Amino acid sequence: MLRKLLIGTALATSFAFSAHAADVKEVQMLHWWTSGGEAAALNVLKQDLAKEGYAWKDVPVAGGGGDAAMTALKAMVAAGNYPTASQMLGYTVLDYAAAGVMGDLTETAKKEGWDKSVPAALQKFSVYDGKWVAAPVNVHSVNWLWINKAVMDKIGGTEPKTFDDFVALLDKAKAAGVTPLALGGQNWQEATMFDSVVLSTGGPEFYKKAMNDLDEASLKSDTMKKSFDNLAKLVTYVDPNFSGRDWNLATAMVIKGDALVQVMGDWAKGEFHAANKTPGTDFLCYRFPGTDGSVIYNSDMFGMFNVPDDRKAAQVALATATLSKSFQSAFNVVKGSVPARTDVPDTDFDACGKKGIADLKKANEGGTLFGSLAQGYGAPPAVANAYKDVVSKFVHGQIKTSDEAVTELVKAIDDAK
Amino acid sequence: MSTVAETQIKLTPEHDARPGASVRSRLQDLLPKIVLAPSFAATIVFVYGFILWTIYLSFTNSKTFPSYDITGARAYQRLWRWTFESDPPSSWYTSITNMGIFGFLYIAICLALGLFLAILLDQKIRGEGVLRPIYLYPMALSFIVTGVAWKWFLDPGLGLEQTLHQWGWTSFHFDWIKNKDFVIYTVVIAGVWQASGFIMAMFLAGLRGIDGEIMKAAQIDGASTFQLYRRIVIPLLRPVFLSAFIVLAHLAIKSYDLVVALTSGGPGGSAWLPSNFMYEFTFKRNEMAVGSASAVIMLMTLTAIIVPYLYSELREKPR
Repeated sequence: MLRKLLIGTALATSFAFSAHAADVKEVQMLHWWTSGGEAAALNVLKQDLAKEGYAWKDVPVAGGGGDAAMTALKAMVAAGNYPTASQMLGYTVLDYAAAGVMGDLTETAKKEGWDKSVPAALQKFSVYDGKWVAAPVNVHSVNWLWINKAVMDKIGGTEPKTFDDFVALLDKAKAAGVTPLALGGQNWQEATMFDSVVLSTGGPEFYKKAMNDLDEASLKSDTMKKSFDNLAKLVTYVDPNFSGRDWNLATAMVIKGDALVQVMGDWAKGEFHAANKTPGTDFLCYRFPGTDGSVIYNSDMFGMFNVPDDRKAAQVALATATLSKSFQSAFNVVKGSVPARTDVPDTDFDACGKKGIADLKKANEGGTLFGSLAQGYGAPPAVANAYKDVVSKFVHGQIKTSDEAVTELVKAIDDAK
Repeated sequence: MSTVAETQIKLTPEHDARPGASVRSRLQDLLPKIVLAPSFAATIVFVYGFILWTIYLSFTNSKTFPSYDITGARAYQRLWRWTFESDPPSSWYTSITNMGIFGFLYIAICLALGLFLAILLDQKIRGEGVLRPIYLYPMALSFIVTGVAWKWFLDPGLGLEQTLHQWGWTSFHFDWIKNKDFVIYTVVIAGVWQASGFIMAMFLAGLRGIDGEIMKAAQIDGASTFQLYRRIVIPLLRPVFLSAFIVLAHLAIKSYDLVVALTSGGPGGSAWLPSNFMYEFTFKRNEMAVGSASAVIMLMTLTAIIVPYLYSELREKPR
């Protein structure tokens, strides 16, 4: 039905369609990487393609989370005016693939050996119905602690290995008069932290069952209640002013030494770099206590659209360049994430990046690489947002007990399925 | 009078004498309609057409993309169920109660404050020309600017509270913007700040339109100033109340951007209005049917309030 509509609209707007029909040597790219570091990272790809004779046509739609970009993409696709590729996240790729508007890169994938080099967990989103429809650009992981080393030395802390260690460390910081935990009280940040808490409390098996398979028994289990209790414990260590704070301001608190630690995805590293801080001497990156060996990931992908045949060559060139080892390394060094293929040398990466690459490889082999529910890689957006609602309401006190929280969680996820 | 008659006499023979001119004058008659037709068609399609489309979508199971198979009123059933989930509050319950609180306070305070300021400014004071634009100016700002400015001002770590602490008043405490129970009132504060000056200007125009003779007559009859305003001026301002109410009501309904800029949704989504709910569900959660249903309910609610009010006000016109 949708397809019919899309074709119909495409015909109706055939004028617009032909007017927009892009130059065959041109790559049209819709994305929301407009901030300094991100734009610089993307520039690497631009130059790689220029070497092969392909021009780059940016279609940037600003707005961090990509909501505006996704709305623009919806309109472009409905008008039959497909971009060569678009930055996309997890389930969006699958939605568009189900609507039949994505291209097919299987040939290129075979030639380049993506099946083997890209982690299987990522292929769940880049392969639809046996066909490669997207090229993953990077792998972010969210179960990280970012610690200010000067503060850590001052309070005499060491790397926390368990949740109880972590609480003890936070207590030390509190006693020293530093804000122990820098948190931005926006629902996605709270839920991102909770992802790590669940993995730490219940272990890898439990995380997969509850947060990826949405198994009801796990969701209302005592382990889940314990996870909420642990979250409540962590929230007692934030400053009173945390509500509504942006994530990068929370990172800034750690950079400046106003706070000891932030639980955040590895994009936080970009902020440390921007402030000219080096890992090991100025700041420390540890896995969230009790989650070493597992990786909760999210990933940026370039969704490849079903463009007319004469534009396919440019698309293949883009996809090949995106997954080339040189680009994967150069881009991710700048972006703070790790390469989306596990066979990229880690020589150019800093200490945290090296650890990230090693962890990803280990997690991929050991089957402990899980999608982040908060970041939309655990379940479709409706469920992910219902989850964020519940976590956020728990943090801010609309939901008062962990018993109530698990009941609400099961209900909200059921509703959204 | 005579000129009109002359032109008519002059025109009529020409109509009969030259058929070409008749076409031209017919065209001239049609011209306004032709010029208006595109905008009329655009309104029909893009306003009313899409209202119907939204209603249609709300009865489907549209998710990321519109789907055209009618599947029943499940979206409305869910909204209906959420309407009564108050503890813990569902997002929809929060949105509609916030709309009630915000809508009522915003309209009432803007009207009261606007009228009060207008009456004060109407006392033939010096420097009115300077004061009026000062009050009016906030209306020139977008909701986004208002929201961000007030966000900084109300933030306990940056704005008012921090400043007063630095000045030595350390017991001062004002963290409404961080408090799930009070955050909606900060939206009211910012909204009132922005709109009350404009409402003042409307009332001021109304006050200037009142016949001075009536006032003088009342004063001769011995009416006090209070009585004068209570019994004569305010009743005469009734049409201004109507216009102001309609302007404020639609501003209140579309305050989406104010909520986003000021609170980014508030702690745990506690500052949501139905417009935030609609956008969130349609575009972020890929639940287009639920989003559409909430939009339809917003439209119905607005209609239920505005139509009887318009009816009761406009019915009295002919007298």
